Amino acid sequence: MDRFETRTYDVLVIGAGGAGLRAAIEAAEQGVSVAVVCKSLLGKAHTVMAEGGVAAALATTDGRDSWKVHFRDTMRGGKLLNDWRMAQLLAQEAPARVRELEAWGALFDRTSDGRILQRNFGGHQYPRLAHVGDRTGLEMIRTLQDRTVQAPRIDVLMESTVARLLTDGGRISGALAYRRESGRFLLLRTKAVVLATGGIGRAYRINSNSWEYTGDGHALAYDAGADLIGMEFVQFHPTGMVWPLSVRGILVTEGVRGEGGVLKNSRGERFMFRYVPEMFRGDFADTEEEADRWVADVIAGRKAEARRPPELLTRDVVARAIAQEVREGRGSPHGGAFLDIASRRKPEEIRKKLPSMYQQFLELADVDITREPMEVFPTTHYMMGGVKVDPETQSATVPGLFAAGEVAGGLHGANRLGGNSLSDLLVFGRRAGLGAATYARAQTGEPQVDAARVEAVTVELLAPFERKGGESPYAVQEALQDMMGTYVGIARTADDLQGALAELERLRGRANRVGVDGNRQYNPGWHTALDLRNLLTVSEAVARAALARRESRGAHTRVEYPDSDPQFGRVNVVVRREGDAMAVREEPIVPLAGDLKAILEGKD
Amino acid sequence: METVLKIFRGDGTAGAFRDYTVPLQPGMVVLDAVHWVQAHQASDLACRWNCKAGRCGSCSAEVNGKPRLMCMTRMDHFPPGEAITLAPMKAFPVLKDLVCDVSWNYGVNRRIPAFRPRPPEPDGTWRMQQDDIDRVQEFRKCIECFLCQDVCHVLRDHDRKDQFAGPRFLVRLAGLEMHPLDAASRTAHLKEEAGIGFCNITKCCTEVCPESIHITDNAIIPLKERVVDDFYDPLRRLWRRLRGTS
Repeated sequence: MDRFETRTYDVLVIGAGGAGLRAAIEAAEQGVSVAVVCKSLLGKAHTVMAEGGVAAALATTDGRDSWKVHFRDTMRGGKLLNDWRMAQLLAQEAPARVRELEAWGALFDRTSDGRILQRNFGGHQYPRLAHVGDRTGLEMIRTLQDRTVQAPRIDVLMESTVARLLTDGGRISGALAYRRESGRFLLLRTKAVVLATGGIGRAYRINSNSWEYTGDGHALAYDAGADLIGMEFVQFHPTGMVWPLSVRGILVTEGVRGEGGVLKNSRGERFMFRYVPEMFRGDFADTEEEADRWVADVIAGRKAEARRPPELLTRDVVARAIAQEVREGRGSPHGGAFLDIASRRKPEEIRKKLPSMYQQFLELADVDITREPMEVFPTTHYMMGGVKVDPETQSATVPGLFAAGEVAGGLHGANRLGGNSLSDLLVFGRRAGLGAATYARAQTGEPQVDAARVEAVTVELLAPFERKGGESPYAVQEALQDMMGTYVGIARTADDLQGALAELERLRGRANRVGVDGNRQYNPGWHTALDLRNLLTVSEAVARAALARRESRGAHTRVEYPDSDPQFGRVNVVVRREGDAMAVREEPIVPLAGDLKAILEGKD
Repeated sequence: METVLKIFRGDGTAGAFRDYTVPLQPGMVVLDAVHWVQAHQASDLACRWNCKAGRCGSCSAEVNGKPRLMCMTRMDHFPPGEAITLAPMKAFPVLKDLVCDVSWNYGVNRRIPAFRPRPPEPDGTWRMQQDDIDRVQEFRKCIECFLCQDVCHVLRDHDRKDQFAGPRFLVRLAGLEMHPLDAASRTAHLKEEAGIGFCNITKCCTEVCPESIHITDNAIIPLKERVVDDFYDPLRRLWRRLRGTS
């Protein structure tokens, strides 16, 4: 195997967003050797795009907050389908993780008495998001990036893509990757792998994700035989840009609504008052007057006594409401809703609290958000579903495999609250790093890889070069994205989902026939061709899981079953590879521990 | 409506500009045009990109000779009917097409003395004032697009990469030096390793910064003053000698 660049580590972290870097830092602190492998340059992962903030019950802005309220909000936001132990750990550990970040150099906006200022966000009962303007993700990734490069035991392998995981007797033993720059193969022997690859947004045309989010970790885990759970729950963020075409899908932070922004339809109605679900009826303002009072309190820095505006309902609810307004003919000129902050806050406040949004709209859409409303429509944003993990160690169902962040499933249930992904990265990134290091240290002997398997994989990976004149991989990717948007979007029917599965078979055939030009050196066409395999796997998993869940819950809406069904509230839909087929089963959820039940019911 | 892009195709050893005709759409940015070329005419055209919203700093290139983010450069910024030229950043070795080897930057970053916080207050946390946060946020909002490095004549024309860290890392050093909690001093590093003396404040870096960071005025000049205070002020010099520090 001299043709390969070969390296050996105790722990291999795949992905260099917040979860991957936090995992690597923790594993290295445990004294094991660590590599982080990432598809882009360091510091460019999607964490950089997180705008609103990191949710942690620090209770610096509103003393009524506590981990218990955060736990309850997270569970209710997830429509009670969350792994409750993960939700508990998130709520309990997030404050320490945020403070630790501050000790590593991160800076957050302050209260008047110099403590961390927290922002309101959808689904969070109290102001809970530590933030820096609307650039929180950048602040986090730089802090973690600098900590990573200064750690002596971490190698960073930039612009390298892991194509397959390798196993030895059912345990993880390595990974085969390629260097994007040269196209050369990279054989990584490792005792443990932490998947931190993020989401699957590129399976849809209108999305807020970069080219990287092709479900790599989901597919790698699936191929290795791991269970995936909750794959039917794809979060459509309610506010993506709609116009001009070239910016469709780019995210507009929920922070706009957290800072008092309101949603209106073409008749000028604040329609969200009509969409408050039964579960949240008592928690939200009934009238514009009450909602405005809440905003006035928040702006003045007083404890809000009024109930919050319905624009701050959870993302699943707001996304569905906007889609319905547009469907029923009350949309904006380019088919969205109006998001108005201009009439609510002073121009200088808007530029101070939402600087990136101001710049983004001004430069890309010729819209001055201090003077005019924005037009917004839901955009594919986040994957709640993912690798099934143990809540304490983040280990998957395959020995030696761990997952953290978006690629892991369970924490967010049927719908994620804004701000919880950044705390997820920190809390479970750290736990995954610890879990993987502990596991790796307990392994004796060097990890062995199967040379014949490696050879076979390299042949597969190079196949697109043998098919000069074959269809363009970009055409197949676009066809897949359009199909998923049409058949597996916000509202789903059994017919559509069956149609999607049939269509996926055809697309798989096309993917097997794509050809690429040029050579192996920095060749995006080739990379796109290879990513198709992962996109097809995760798309099938989403469609099959969506077909199995015959109810509507959180981000998953079945047109034939508009209500939630208590039977389905007690199960996860689990997807696993059996031979060449995708098997789907329902698995009962572990009942909530007694004391947590009391918290959930608001009795503690 | 269509327009012609003249895109550099090649690697570090050889290459030439090739023409691609691209259909225009309202609001289109240069990166959209590059993606169109990849999807329809040259699937192996190499370019970096991620967020497509000016937030990650991946898609840096020279558009009609000016260092820019392709995702934030509108096609209607240019006169209709005139060809647009796309080249890789000149200050770094070309890997392929629009992609350069920027690894030198990561090496420079690794050598910067780490953040070292002062001890926290008795409750284990730190109190800070918003004004102090705002002041360094200007430096911390840098997206590492390296356009300032590209345009800096010390790096671009004189290739002093062995002696000068470049504007990006002077900004990073400013962010650390003016961090309200940081207790370390980096003036020796600024003088010896980062070579701050090489900068003769022509402000080219400030002009190209997509984040509008006042690199020269707010980062480099105050750092130069600190270096002068620490190394060239006679009283301080004497003090250092008495303390026995270099």
